Amino acid sequence: MSELKELQDLVSQVRRDIVRMVHKVNSGHPGGSLGCTEFMVALYYEIMDLKEGFDMNGRDEDIFFLSNGHISPLFYSVLARRGYFPVEELQTFRLLNSRLQGHPATHEGLPGVRIASGSLGQGMSVAIGAALAKKLNKDQHLIYSLHGDGELQEGQNWEAIMYAAGNKVDNLIATIDHNGQQIDGATSDVLPMGDLKKKFEAFGWDTMEIKNGNNLEDIIKGLKEAKQRTGKGKPVCVIMDTVMGHGVDFMMYTHAWHGKAPNDAQLEIALNQNPETLGDY
Amino acid sequence: MKKYIDQGKKDTRSGYGAGMTVLGRTNPKVVALCADLVGSLKIQEFIDENPERFFQVGIAEANMMGIAAGLTIGGYIPFTGTFANFSTGRVYDQIRQSIAYSEKNVKICASHAGITLGEDGATHQILEDIGLMKMLPGMTVINTCDFNQTKAATIAIAEHEGPVYLRFGRPAVANFTPVDQNFEIGKAILLNEGTDVTIVATGHLVWQSLIAAENLESKGISAEVINIHTIKPLDEEAIIKSVKKTGAIVTAEEHNYLGGLGESVARTLTTSYPVPQEFIATQDIFGESGTPDQLMEKYGLNDKAIERAVLKVTKRKSVH
Repeated sequence: MSELKELQDLVSQVRRDIVRMVHKVNSGHPGGSLGCTEFMVALYYEIMDLKEGFDMNGRDEDIFFLSNGHISPLFYSVLARRGYFPVEELQTFRLLNSRLQGHPATHEGLPGVRIASGSLGQGMSVAIGAALAKKLNKDQHLIYSLHGDGELQEGQNWEAIMYAAGNKVDNLIATIDHNGQQIDGATSDVLPMGDLKKKFEAFGWDTMEIKNGNNLEDIIKGLKEAKQRTGKGKPVCVIMDTVMGHGVDFMMYTHAWHGKAPNDAQLEIALNQNPETLGDY
Repeated sequence: MKKYIDQGKKDTRSGYGAGMTVLGRTNPKVVALCADLVGSLKIQEFIDENPERFFQVGIAEANMMGIAAGLTIGGYIPFTGTFANFSTGRVYDQIRQSIAYSEKNVKICASHAGITLGEDGATHQILEDIGLMKMLPGMTVINTCDFNQTKAATIAIAEHEGPVYLRFGRPAVANFTPVDQNFEIGKAILLNEGTDVTIVATGHLVWQSLIAAENLESKGISAEVINIHTIKPLDEEAIIKSVKKTGAIVTAEEHNYLGGLGESVARTLTTSYPVPQEFIATQDIFGESGTPDQLMEKYGLNDKAIERAVLKVTKRKSVH
């Protein structure tokens, strides 16, 4: 296991990457990216069994799918820091001729990305397909996926949720970023979704919660427990409570920074709250 | 002119089922998905022989497209099966993002395309699917004409790396192309040589074009008939070569004239070798209930309509 301090340093560095990337092009989605930083760092450094290098098929390793593709700054930063592509490439985020498109894509051949996402609600189905392929290949590795809570308003998710339970896709751990925010406001105002845990349970999933989704130890403990629950005939859902914008105080507890970039002064504040630990790109 | 014999009427969708049976026995990477239409898609034999390689997704086409995209990650070649309407319009964004843009090796196989779906009416008779699919970058679009060709195309697309839309139909129609033919994606088939007009047809309209050509011969008009099973990539060379000889063209398809084969041919010709063109296609309408023959007659999609179009286009040619 990586030392907790190392992971915390990574979290701080990834948060710097996120706000710097978004600031540079004055566009992108910092809120959800910051809120899921601990999760993504834990996943790629502590939880998933990954091979060296990248191949599309992902045989004999765990696979992650990002369904809420707008948190691409986080995804790109973690992929780069984990060695999938040069960290310097983060400076090309959202620029013309970049592999780092506004939303993740396979089209430019960016290592680490296996499906385009951004148009919401499609990732669960893709994750199920990849999980079925693992079973056909008798590959014991797992499929992980991340979905926004607001994203669950897309109906395709519920087709997928029904399918996964009905067909015992038990090598899948789908995590829901439960931050209660979406572009237009709180999910409870935009479209109240009721009790997500009960909904997943009613559909036949083994459902658990991570109550502090911005605490590395809680996430690692929770995801390790989720792993233990795989292979038992049910897909596993982790409802993870996070704070959108976590780590940058003025971006927290609001939907305002869902898709807005900080100005120069705001960037300065954000960077001061997240010290440089591993070197800026 | 060359004579084509109907070996006995069969539905093209059964050609798909027969092709899947062959793939089940020969290619362990091929998997099939279906959205509650196994009987319509004729894939029971594939399922019986390869139960572990079949995924029944229920009435959930969007999920089916995503699962298919996911199955390619791990090396499988998924064939999705449902009606053309639910294979395209209903799931356009899923195909666009998860399959086409993501360059996934998914074969979208669509039965009951066009107006010959018949009695179920316009809710199920999609006449816009070729347009929807051909607009997607990287998508190959195929519309086969009979049982034998559909079987051959089904087998052939498994060997093609990249997304494919394979369109076929519901009714039993003439089966006239060779048994166990080799199917070459993007390669037009010259069925009948002629000198006065080129008829480029796809799907069920190919047989209708052959009947029309025979009737036209008795009126002293020599029609060249091309079976253009692949609409994208279009065999532009074959079309241009033919119109250089004939100087006029009729395109024939069971699809709206907007977005279909005719438009692709027109684009090819206007940018390289313009000749008068007439379009056998539906005229920006929704279909309705009726038998396939009645609908083909009412909406101008049969041999008689093709004959009329030929007479019109050859007249326009003489004005030039």
